[in-house]
Amino acid sequence: MTQTNGAPRSFQEIILRLQNYWAAKGCAVMQPYDMEVGAGTFHPATTLRSLGTKAWAAAYVQPSRRPTDGRYGENPNRLQHYYQYQVLIKPSPPDLQELYLGSLEAIGVDMAMHDIRFVEDDWESPTLGAWGLGWEVWCDGMEVSQFTYFQQVGGHDCHPVSGELTYGLERLAMYVLGVDHVMDMPFNDPDAMIPLTYGDVFKQTEEEYARWNFDVANTEVLLRHFEEAEAECAAILAQEHQDPKTGKRIIMAHPAYDQCIKASHIFNLLDARGVISVTERQAYIGRVRALAKQCADAFVLTEAGGYSAENAA
Amino acid sequence: MPDLLIELFSEEIPARMQARAAEDLKKRVTDGLVEAGLTYAGAAALSTPRRLTLAVDGLLAESPTIREERKGPKVGAPDKAIEGFLRGAGVTREQLEERETPKGAVYFVQIEKPGRPAAEIIAEVLETTVRNFPWPKSMRWGAGSLRWVRPLHSILCILSDEAGTLVVDLDIDGIKAGNTTRGHRFMAPDEITVTGFDDYAAKLKRAYVVLDARERAEAIWQEATNQAFANGLDVVEDKGLLAEVAGLVEWPVVLMGAIDEEFLELPPEVLQTSMKEHQKFFSVKNPKTGRIEKFITVANRETADNGATILAGNQKVLSARLADAKFFWENDLRTAKSEAGMSAWVENLGNVTFHNKLGTQAARIDRIAALAREIAPVVGADADLAEQAARVAKADLSSEMVYEFPELQGLMGRYYAEAAGLPQDVANACEAHYSPLGPGDDVPSEPVSVAVALADKLDTLTGFWAIDEKPTGSKDPFALRRAALGVIRLVLENDVRMNLARVLLTALGPQPSDWLKEAAKGAKAEAKLLATRSYEETSIEYDEKETVLQDLLTFFHDRLKVFLRDQGIRHDVIDACIAMEGNDDLTLLVKRARALEDFLKTDDGENLLQGFKRANNILSQAEEKDGVEYSFGADRKFAEDETETALFDALEAGGAAISPAIEAEDFAAAMRGMAALRAPVDAFFEAVQVNAENDIIRRNRLNLLGQIRQVCGQVADLTKVEG
Repeated sequence: MTQTNGAPRSFQEIILRLQNYWAAKGCAVMQPYDMEVGAGTFHPATTLRSLGTKAWAAAYVQPSRRPTDGRYGENPNRLQHYYQYQVLIKPSPPDLQELYLGSLEAIGVDMAMHDIRFVEDDWESPTLGAWGLGWEVWCDGMEVSQFTYFQQVGGHDCHPVSGELTYGLERLAMYVLGVDHVMDMPFNDPDAMIPLTYGDVFKQTEEEYARWNFDVANTEVLLRHFEEAEAECAAILAQEHQDPKTGKRIIMAHPAYDQCIKASHIFNLLDARGVISVTERQAYIGRVRALAKQCADAFVLTEAGGYSAENAA
Repeated sequence: MPDLLIELFSEEIPARMQARAAEDLKKRVTDGLVEAGLTYAGAAALSTPRRLTLAVDGLLAESPTIREERKGPKVGAPDKAIEGFLRGAGVTREQLEERETPKGAVYFVQIEKPGRPAAEIIAEVLETTVRNFPWPKSMRWGAGSLRWVRPLHSILCILSDEAGTLVVDLDIDGIKAGNTTRGHRFMAPDEITVTGFDDYAAKLKRAYVVLDARERAEAIWQEATNQAFANGLDVVEDKGLLAEVAGLVEWPVVLMGAIDEEFLELPPEVLQTSMKEHQKFFSVKNPKTGRIEKFITVANRETADNGATILAGNQKVLSARLADAKFFWENDLRTAKSEAGMSAWVENLGNVTFHNKLGTQAARIDRIAALAREIAPVVGADADLAEQAARVAKADLSSEMVYEFPELQGLMGRYYAEAAGLPQDVANACEAHYSPLGPGDDVPSEPVSVAVALADKLDTLTGFWAIDEKPTGSKDPFALRRAALGVIRLVLENDVRMNLARVLLTALGPQPSDWLKEAAKGAKAEAKLLATRSYEETSIEYDEKETVLQDLLTFFHDRLKVFLRDQGIRHDVIDACIAMEGNDDLTLLVKRARALEDFLKTDDGENLLQGFKRANNILSQAEEKDGVEYSFGADRKFAEDETETALFDALEAGGAAISPAIEAEDFAAAMRGMAALRAPVDAFFEAVQVNAENDIIRRNRLNLLGQIRQVCGQVADLTKVEG
């Protein structure tokens, strides 16, 4: 049983409380996307579902990878693999700020004792061709979340607008639990039969991945994979909308988008390996953005993207 | 007369936009009201993070009735014409009256536009204002299409007078205007009903909202300085930060905390930058040690523990940030103090692109170093030191600290150069060579810094000119106008005597000639080569390099004009001096301009100008008529009149005084000498007919005037001076 009031005692309890909170507020609690991504925004439940006219509400944890942030598990706050908690509601409800503040209370932040502030921060993802306006949310001077009203995704104007909340889970949990080094943070309950810290779970993997990310990953292979993912994305989207086998209209926006995610992550790995120059960087980002845009173009032609045969006719 | 109160209540408005938005609200609404005939006694706009408020007092209760007469078609005009007139004026045929005019009988009509109640006008004006508000960036939200800076939640719009309060009937995309607002987000979130501005302001204050940003800023500053003073400390003043912080809170609560001992050895600028940029903290200095030892943060609420939890949280975040900064600082110092020193960083700049056409930062540094060497003797710097300084001045761009805090570039360079044991002049140049950045920025004065600062800016200018990336209109992505102004200020404030054209030519040297050929096509055709002194000697061909150079020099002159105009020097005076030879010596050019500007304000100045103009006008007419230039010397043996002889005498005497003054660049003395010519010139014109019958005498007189023109033209081209 999860405690529902009082201070949480572990990393996982904070996650569970967020899950319960947003489930109670009517979000579909989804599972992480099964691919390597740089942020929770990349999950198709956010990127693609923020497009088109259909209403949507989802919440999920997304393991995220930023190879360049690896510090062999030594830095108190920096990790190459970490968790984001992501909420996306479309159209953004008028009380989204209050809903968000309620989620902080749910994880034990006492609004009467802390100073919560919404500080201007415009969000932009050059790789996704997306931008929005919103804030960083500060709790006693610490950034605990990003709060964004999506205006454009994959080059498409968002109608209606989605409200996106992103919590950096480790940082938020460290703050709530009063822990100074991420590796010291209790992962499960400190009184559990086998108490585990974040370090017990992730210290070794941080070391392994940092070494691989920075020094070992085969850049030739990665470069090839990038090109292949790019080509596959285009090839998928070039298919006829009507499936010759079933005769159904099947636009493969999601499989194509998987290739876009893949290309994006490979680019991040190449970046960490230091083989991308400043000028090339822009070119690579532009190539990933082009894929994201094509996937967005395809998604809005699908049913989930708001397409209906009657309207089209 | 009623008072109007408007409040637009939204989610948090970015701090930097609030003040401007409040003013825009005031301007747009009051302009709209006045345009519709509603005058008012006074208006004030206020803002908090969540609201824009406008109070207008003494508004007319309704717009005045407007009566006007309109003239229509002639009596007996075709029916169609009359019908059209009736439609246009919105009247019926019965309202027309006939009146005799000199052109016959014509229809007239009296139109009366009745006044409209204020509420009706306000509703229209406010809706237009909200729908067209000039936010720097705006957004949509939910399923709607209304745009605002962040979601707009409610509109308060009431008219109040002795009789009571009227809610203006207004609905913008489902947001219906009312007479309620809310207090502080956390401390008093309930709805509040208000009857007018005083009631509104008083109730909000009780609901933990200070409406006026200025009042919040003053309260913050007062409380911050008090707390610091009580500890024998000083708050480091930062007006921009104060304004920003005042825009982040509705109920400011000032809290002072200590910086961990282990971070106090960091350079104060690092502490200050990290605290300001990341945390929006004020720095608190100990006047005895000169160190920054504490910080001030401003919370948005009171708490039961008097802010202890909030302060502890802020302190913890700060420590994590400063731990990063300390880590960078120590790593960087290790590099700087190593055997290779800063050269490892410079080497790394070979991998960093400055601009894809202009090459890497390392290539840029090579060019700047060569140019700094060249400039060094002109500014009194040691050439070796100038080159050395130019080579390390940008090394800190590779340091970890500057990667994290780009705004510390230069300053970190100085610290690291000192740590590396480089000469102090070199270390200082690392920081100073970026200056001056803005018009209010100090200009470096140490010769080595001046040499590198000039070389850096001139390399940037010639580089972007060579690839034809010049500023156009409001677009100046590489801040080239600022660079040119920097050069101008460096030269003028250090009294540098430099042939700018020659230095620019050197700076253009490394740029490929096919680029210059392209760039020359874009260069301004009207550019005239006036700064020729230095080239005639070297007889360089007037090639593409010269064309680009001329274009760049014209750009400098344009910037100089703007700069001098701001200092009150007339544009015609500047033009008159730019028209002189040696105009690439900016110090000389400005010396001329200032002397001329001052001189023209005196009686002698008027004498000089009028004497010159009189001589020049007659001369120019004659030259145009005869198709020749009268610039041969005149011979006094052909002088007929004594005023003519007197003018010869005056010219001789004047010449003897003027030439040495020009030589000594004492332009005021030279012009006094020229002014003395007015009396003899006037007397000459009084007594003598220049266009004499005898052609020899006529030509001699014209040549005499030519001499006057020549003498008076030695400080500036007076034909360009107005008046």
